[in-house]
Amino acid sequence: MADFLMPKFGGDMAAGTLVAWRKRPGDALKRGDILAEVETDKGTIDVEVFTAGVLEEQLAKPGDRVAVGAPMARIREAGEPVAATTTPAPVPMPQPQLTPAAPVVPAPAVPAAEALERLRVSPSARQRARELGVDLTRVQGTGRGGAITREDIERAAATPPPAPADRAARMRASIAAAMSKSKREIPHYYLATTIDLHTATAWLAERNQTRPVEDRLLVGVLFVKAVALALKRVPELNALWAEGKAVPSADVHVGVAVALRGGGLIAPALRHADQRGLDELMRDFRDLVQRTRTGGLRASELTDPTVTVTSLGDQGVEVVYGIVNPPQTAIVGFGKVVERPWVVDGQVVARPVVTATLSADHRVTDGHRGGVFLAAVDRLLQEPDKL
Amino acid sequence: MTRDEIQAAVLRLLGAIAPEADLSRLDPRANLREELDIDSMDFLNLMVAVRKQLGVEVSEKDYAQVATLAGCVEYVAARLPVG
Repeated sequence: MADFLMPKFGGDMAAGTLVAWRKRPGDALKRGDILAEVETDKGTIDVEVFTAGVLEEQLAKPGDRVAVGAPMARIREAGEPVAATTTPAPVPMPQPQLTPAAPVVPAPAVPAAEALERLRVSPSARQRARELGVDLTRVQGTGRGGAITREDIERAAATPPPAPADRAARMRASIAAAMSKSKREIPHYYLATTIDLHTATAWLAERNQTRPVEDRLLVGVLFVKAVALALKRVPELNALWAEGKAVPSADVHVGVAVALRGGGLIAPALRHADQRGLDELMRDFRDLVQRTRTGGLRASELTDPTVTVTSLGDQGVEVVYGIVNPPQTAIVGFGKVVERPWVVDGQVVARPVVTATLSADHRVTDGHRGGVFLAAVDRLLQEPDKL
Repeated sequence: MTRDEIQAAVLRLLGAIAPEADLSRLDPRANLREELDIDSMDFLNLMVAVRKQLGVEVSEKDYAQVATLAGCVEYVAARLPVG
């Protein structure tokens, strides 16, 4: 039997609220199926399952606030016999498994009894909340011991839902916590290099000229692909920091910083970015940005990236000095593509250039390897047709 | 389509991209990217929407011509499929 745990979507996340189950007990599960929707400061996230089998038991109900690392459901793994009886929660809290092949964000070791922070809600209030679509975690209970009553639900239903400003404030707090942790704990080093984009931009313009608008590439997708391939060449950077050491990732999942309208940002992953052609990567990029801004991100997209790419060129910024997003170990910044004097064969010519920066965790890599990484990004961008 | 109808259609497309913006106050001559904080991805999505909804494909080399609402309306009006 395997436990389905509340994942951690960010360095500071302590718990998430189960919004809905997408599968029922008895349903067959395959790897990658969406099992649940969870509300976090990053919005509502679709949480996938990575154990094939059958959903044996749901341990949490919609509206429950569940601690990171706590079991939400039990899965009978493929080939496992049907249990004679099902055992209700609590179940032992598994320790996080960190393997080079599948790095995950470690769950804190909290006692199972404390793991499920069940709200005190009467059955009739819970039923009324379902009918009225009220999020129980947002309701202030006025019953005995703070229990949520039917009247509390109806009062909450009559109250406008949290304003976007509230969500923005929570996201701001989440970013503040993650960045403070980063600056407090991660000894950053910073490198920058200016890259000639003459070949890349000419190749891009020629290619886009013959393509319908849906199939056009943005220069940003070249940056992401070059970073992904450079991570293969400098694999020390492709790691997460967990439990006092770097845990390398076998796969290359590049986070991309997406600014949200109304404030805040999320940096979900373009998964297996090194293996995707530019057309496919661009389609995924557009889809990812869309889902980041409107909802529908998957848990793996938030937990998998080891390195984030951030680009502020659209805002006119020429150099980005990034802060590592823990537990990631580096962030690569790209500024605006600008025309600058450039010396070619002893002649000064105008060339489109971009400044690429690397902010990295000195506990994991040294400046030398960071420099090798940026040089690899530069070389890769000189041959865009091979990306 | 008249120019007013095209402008209304483009504003609808912009509304989907920048839902928080008060488009009734948008200066038709203002740069859309700066005025509405539109990034490259948003602008590409706008171009895709213009093609799908209005049937006009904007070449990448013509992006400067559609940088404003007024420019976009003129560009589309000049190329709108007949019939």
